Amino acid sequence: MTSSLTEPAAQDQLPGTENRPSGKGNGSQDGNPNLFRLLLKDRFATVSAVLLVLIGLTAVIGPALMGDLATKQNLLFANKAPFSLAHGWEYVLGSDSLGRSMLARLVVASRTTFSVAVPAVAVALAVGSLWGVWAGYHRGWRENVSMRIADVIMSFPSLLLAVVVLYVFSPSAGNIVLILALTRIPIYLRTARAESAELQSRTFVDAARTFGARPNAIIGRHVIPVVLPTLLTLATLEFCYVMLAESSLSFLGIGIQPPDVSWGLMVSQGRQYLQTAWWLSIFPGVAIVVTTIAANVLAAWLRIATDPAQRWRLALPRKRLIARIPVKEAKP
Amino acid sequence: MKTAAQSVLPGQSRAHEVVLSVRALAVDIRTHRGTVRAVNDVNFEARAGETLALLGESGCGKSMTAKALAGIMDPVCDLAGGEVVLNGTDLAALTPKERLKFAGPELGIVFQDALTALNPVYTVGTQLGEAFRIHRGLGAKEAKVQAIELMERVGIPEPESRVNSYPHQFSGGMRQRILIAMAVALNPRLLIADEPTTALDVTVQAQIMQLLRKLREEGQMAVVLITHDLAVVAEEADSVAVMYAGNVVECGPVSEVFSDPRHPYTKGLLESVPVHVGRGARLLSIAGSPPELHDIPAGCVYQSRCPLVQDICRSERPQLLPVTDRPVNDRPVDDRPVDLQDDADDYAGALLSRPGRAAACHFSEEINNV
Amino acid sequence: MLIYLRKRIVSSALPLVVVIVGVFALARMTGNPAALYLPLNATQQMRDEFTARNGLDQPLLVQMADYFGGVLRLDFGQSLRTGQDAAAMALRAFPATLQLAATTMVLAVLLALVVGCWAALKPNGVADRISSFVSMAAASIPDFWLAIVGIWVFAITLGWLPTSGVSGAGAWVLPIATLLLRPFGVLVQIVRGSMVSALSEPYIKLARSRGAGELRVVTHHALRNAAAPALTVAGDLTVGLVNGAVVVETIFGWPGIGKLMIDSILQRDFAVLQAAVLLTAVAIFALNILIDMGYALLDARVRPVTARA
Repeated sequence: MTSSLTEPAAQDQLPGTENRPSGKGNGSQDGNPNLFRLLLKDRFATVSAVLLVLIGLTAVIGPALMGDLATKQNLLFANKAPFSLAHGWEYVLGSDSLGRSMLARLVVASRTTFSVAVPAVAVALAVGSLWGVWAGYHRGWRENVSMRIADVIMSFPSLLLAVVVLYVFSPSAGNIVLILALTRIPIYLRTARAESAELQSRTFVDAARTFGARPNAIIGRHVIPVVLPTLLTLATLEFCYVMLAESSLSFLGIGIQPPDVSWGLMVSQGRQYLQTAWWLSIFPGVAIVVTTIAANVLAAWLRIATDPAQRWRLALPRKRLIARIPVKEAKP
Repeated sequence: MKTAAQSVLPGQSRAHEVVLSVRALAVDIRTHRGTVRAVNDVNFEARAGETLALLGESGCGKSMTAKALAGIMDPVCDLAGGEVVLNGTDLAALTPKERLKFAGPELGIVFQDALTALNPVYTVGTQLGEAFRIHRGLGAKEAKVQAIELMERVGIPEPESRVNSYPHQFSGGMRQRILIAMAVALNPRLLIADEPTTALDVTVQAQIMQLLRKLREEGQMAVVLITHDLAVVAEEADSVAVMYAGNVVECGPVSEVFSDPRHPYTKGLLESVPVHVGRGARLLSIAGSPPELHDIPAGCVYQSRCPLVQDICRSERPQLLPVTDRPVNDRPVDDRPVDLQDDADDYAGALLSRPGRAAACHFSEEINNV
Repeated sequence: MLIYLRKRIVSSALPLVVVIVGVFALARMTGNPAALYLPLNATQQMRDEFTARNGLDQPLLVQMADYFGGVLRLDFGQSLRTGQDAAAMALRAFPATLQLAATTMVLAVLLALVVGCWAALKPNGVADRISSFVSMAAASIPDFWLAIVGIWVFAITLGWLPTSGVSGAGAWVLPIATLLLRPFGVLVQIVRGSMVSALSEPYIKLARSRGAGELRVVTHHALRNAAAPALTVAGDLTVGLVNGAVVVETIFGWPGIGKLMIDSILQRDFAVLQAAVLLTAVAIFALNILIDMGYALLDARVRPVTARA
């Protein structure tokens, strides 16, 4: 057996390596400062986190800095190619057929994109997690009914559901948030239920029960803190999905409506100028890709970092582990 | 290869002939804290028709030794040195591909947990027949006939209908029988049994041990039995090698080692077995726990738990040296490490001769005076 | 096996029913199509007539009962847009999507098996890094944008492939490449993960101890165990494939069921939408049953204990 397989997971089963160095290398076992230090150790995760913060800041304060640049039409500067400062910094990424600055439009669109994705993820996370934890804790019919509902939602193509619903209830940002939240609730519901069902049979929950603690108190004090890291990791991953879904809807013309602008809508609007002004479609797409890749990398890192059984891997000195999209995600 | 396979037929190995000889075997594990030595300088030999027991606590390296012999170590483990001479061939020097020819016809292994050791998606017949298909080139039908024969041999009732069942449809004892059948399918010279009865009920354990004994006698196999169970060793094994923290600390014929242990660890183990202990009397145990593999001390591996520990034990690791059968205090200690090949050459009977007892303790002569 | 199948069918039928009812209810809420189909100067009487002719003046429950009765007779009514039989329209569009989806899934599964196994053989090796990069990209790149970049590069700039249509082999390349992205990315990760864990199972060690070579271990022992999880995920992926098909068919003008659905929503063509959605739901339902049966074939443990025991 001179094969050079080097799967670190195998180390878990070997004698003498059971004690993980989580306590040794980093001082203490848990806590945020530690997590932050771990983050700095992973180049990719650090870059992703910085990128996400920057894009987030742009979405929050960028539009104010841009003023009316995004809507100001100037036919003298129509269809200017990007990467040229000849027409001033605002046209560095080119301009559209009405002479509006691409840079400014991208910045303004980032706010729309974030203002749909963040609330949608937050709503789905809150509802799905609480529901799932509740269903998993109580088991029985509550669990069965909840899982059936999740199955029904999941077995229908989400985009189609959104298309139908948005056409019925006019495609406003609020409705987009609601429909995206609705279609993603089952993801959190399933995960939270599985974790909570497993936890409720553990001894420490039994112990709390024998002390006479109420179910809601047990759920709040013992179940949710344990489940939360997993769910937050999932939410980071879901942020990508929701962003892509919003972009798809806007692209199909049933998401964000003009004169509002989102990245997906910009790709759609630029499509007809593909032959003459490729940057109109390509740049917003790049913005989407960069943001989702950053969130994906961060989610993959979080998954390892918040799992006490795997955290030691991040402390490995030489061999850097490529962050991966979690495999278990798709399983019920 | 053909001639080798034919010479392996049952009865061809002379009884008590040395089949397996392990010399200076060492295994390293690569961990995130650096490389540790899990098996260190292990020597023993197994003889046809006899059982050698590797005895030790969990984590002492006995299973690692077994996997190293069979060439199925985990990916993070490396063979760091030594020879595994099976019937004249050093398996350790072969490439993985060359080794495949020996896996099955020359060497079989039985695992502890039969449920995970059987592939859940194939019928037992398919799995039993696989060895015949690989090594004898049989077709699916012929392999099935062989599988049924094997099942009969290991005492599974109604083999004709059970051959198409899946592993999960058998009881634990029956699964273990299937596992054994798989290991002996091609009548190997050497059978490695890695805790074959640990996961089973006591009554089933006895049946499985009986089956192993029967097969060993039929095929004149050499059996290496890995276990932590002193009673199993006492009943089944002819000789024993006691392992501690990756080292063999004592070896020899079971009757002698158990009646007159020459290493404080062996002695401690034997004393922890409650025989002839009155009700209410204190049970003895060995205080402390084995060292972690990454901080095994420089001197004797057993120093932290040894009641006899002296300065020399902390500075110098005792080698596995022959000890006399009867404790004779004034007999000079032979400085030469046990070298099985040399020993074998010394005697006229060559392969049939057996090395005597050996222990790795600076005070092996004085233990029973304490 | 029959009992097992019946149980699976019953439990999978619930989503089907909910989907039919849900889509019916939602579609009715889109408003009266009379406004869309009659001239702007139509009188109230014309509107009422139109509404009555299409049964839209009945109470919702009556409309639904009619609809369900129609579904049982495979009668979905006529398209408001073209006057054709709705079921016929949906069935005519279906093969185009099926061809596209089936080709994509077959390619995705085959590619994912090869790449996933290759990656699993050497965790953290070159192949593994490539495969995790690809799947990361697949989860991050919007499919509509990839399609547009594809058109820009291969159709407009290089002129190798047509921008839309179904004629010729070249027309298939971009739609399939776009549609392939997500299922391939997910499947590679699944196959890799389950191969890595299958390869570390004791039965693999035991197979090696029987003299099974590397190729036999991978293809014979590990792959069959690793295939089961991949198969379960395939169901979810197919549902997702419908999402992709809507986008891809819209961009590339592919005359499939996804395009038909979008068109009928935009035209408020209830009958066609319902027929299309129901057809899709039935297809997904049938596929889930097939996957369940495939799973049972692969792994005897999920098979119900029947006569033999």
